Amino acid sequence: MTTIDVRDVYKNYGKTRALEGISLRVEEGEIFGLIGPDGAGKTTLFRILTTLLTPDKGSATVLDYDVVKDFKAIRKLVGYMPGRFSLYQDLTVLENLQFFAQVFGSTIEENYYLIKDIYQQIEPFKHRRAGQLSGGMKQKLALSCALIHKPRILFLDEPTTGVDAVSRKEFWDMLHRLRKEGITILVSTPYMDEAGKCDRIALIQKGRLLAIDTPEGIVNSFEKPLWAVQTDQMHLVLQALRRHPNVASVFPFGDVLHLTPKSDLTTGELSNYLLNSGFPDVDISLIPATIEDCFMELMAE
Amino acid sequence: MTHEPVIIARQLTKRFGPFTAVDAISFEVEKGEIFGFLGANGAGKTTAMRMLTGLLTPTSGQASVAGFDVFRSAEQIKRHIGYMSQRFSLYEDLTVKENIRLFGTIYGLTQRQIGDKTFQLLRKLGLSDEAKQQVGALPLGWKQKLAFSIALIHEPKIVFLDEPTGGVDPVTRRQFWELIYQAAHEGVTVFVTTHYMDESEYCHRVSIMVDGRIAALDTPRQLKLTYEADSMDEVFVKLARTTSLS
Repeated sequence: MTTIDVRDVYKNYGKTRALEGISLRVEEGEIFGLIGPDGAGKTTLFRILTTLLTPDKGSATVLDYDVVKDFKAIRKLVGYMPGRFSLYQDLTVLENLQFFAQVFGSTIEENYYLIKDIYQQIEPFKHRRAGQLSGGMKQKLALSCALIHKPRILFLDEPTTGVDAVSRKEFWDMLHRLRKEGITILVSTPYMDEAGKCDRIALIQKGRLLAIDTPEGIVNSFEKPLWAVQTDQMHLVLQALRRHPNVASVFPFGDVLHLTPKSDLTTGELSNYLLNSGFPDVDISLIPATIEDCFMELMAE
Repeated sequence: MTHEPVIIARQLTKRFGPFTAVDAISFEVEKGEIFGFLGANGAGKTTAMRMLTGLLTPTSGQASVAGFDVFRSAEQIKRHIGYMSQRFSLYEDLTVKENIRLFGTIYGLTQRQIGDKTFQLLRKLGLSDEAKQQVGALPLGWKQKLAFSIALIHEPKIVFLDEPTGGVDPVTRRQFWELIYQAAHEGVTVFVTTHYMDESEYCHRVSIMVDGRIAALDTPRQLKLTYEADSMDEVFVKLARTTSLS
């Protein structure tokens, strides 16, 4: 069953085109990732789907309710964690949670099982004001507050931005447990390495979708060969490779360079070229593409 | 890389009352090295960085940065390093040129030096046509590249980067790392703090702080081997798991 259906949505802010014809469907019970850099339009799409903004053109439904006409119905059924920390800084952890439960006509007790795993980690600080919490704790409280009325869909706008790797991992583990409870999750992130944690993803850039598929599907659609070039002289080897006429593209990629060759180049020829250019200790190997390689390839098209 | 340390820390410690934020850390960073400085929230990373940039006096231990002692010559350190962070770098309501002029002046460059630097920098970044635009109107990726170049305007030996490349598209991000590689190649030491482990894989060496101490320090490749991990993310989670409360 389709829980979110977006059909050709446009949104401008004055001259700035935030969304330029976005269409996507999110199925019930999946974790759907919206992956793209700042300014791609992720937050605008979230605001439209959570009924805080209206589209200029196109339409969207959430749980079969129209985002413009039926906004009141949608608001009762979804949980939203905005990118910017939006809880009451001068209320305590517990007061924030009570407030969000009551606004939705629920109680903490009723749905405690849903937030238990994550809330227990901040419960020792329940009398601390939300403004005094660390980044990781704020994030856990915000998720608890977005969940306490047991929404059918959870909208999470960049929930892991600015959070350390351990908290991020725990956060994703938590999302997978929530999915088992039947909650549909639409989550955005600028971090390509989080794409693999989603069931399906949409790559978004400058208000347009570059691709929608499973992470594996996107990676498998990368048709060119991709080589990893390993060297201790990153800067110089990169310059040398850029000068080679049969190198289509080459970029730094962590501790290696990723290179796409033109069709008539072999790794042996490239090794020889580097050897003759004064770089004997270079290792070249064929590797599978990552989501980030695909994103860059799609951006270039 | 020749052995020529520009940051030396020995048993560097900072206590706040009974709490030890940084617990006797020792390490060296070489000239032209890109050094990643990682740690979970609350591990002591920011405190350590504040000591190394001359903003906070250590409780005990020793450290020198760009040849200056952190106890005696904190002011000299501030003058001889570059600094860029996500949160604070450029004035959004000044133009590109005005920002260059402002930071050039703050670092004591002459009018002539500022003129030369402005010309070079705009050309290198391909920003000549945007010289009179307000920085706030530039795309994030351009701002980051500009901020990095301005952090180097007084030709410091070391530049400190605090989560430099968050939020930009992957192509822009790589252009930024190429600027960093180029600076390192020219002999600038680059000290990077970040939450993002894939960013740390661009560094020559990486240290990981856990509970105020340096729990690991090596090349990303070696760390992945040592901790039998596929990614730096996994290395970090294995090391920092005990401090997950923050």
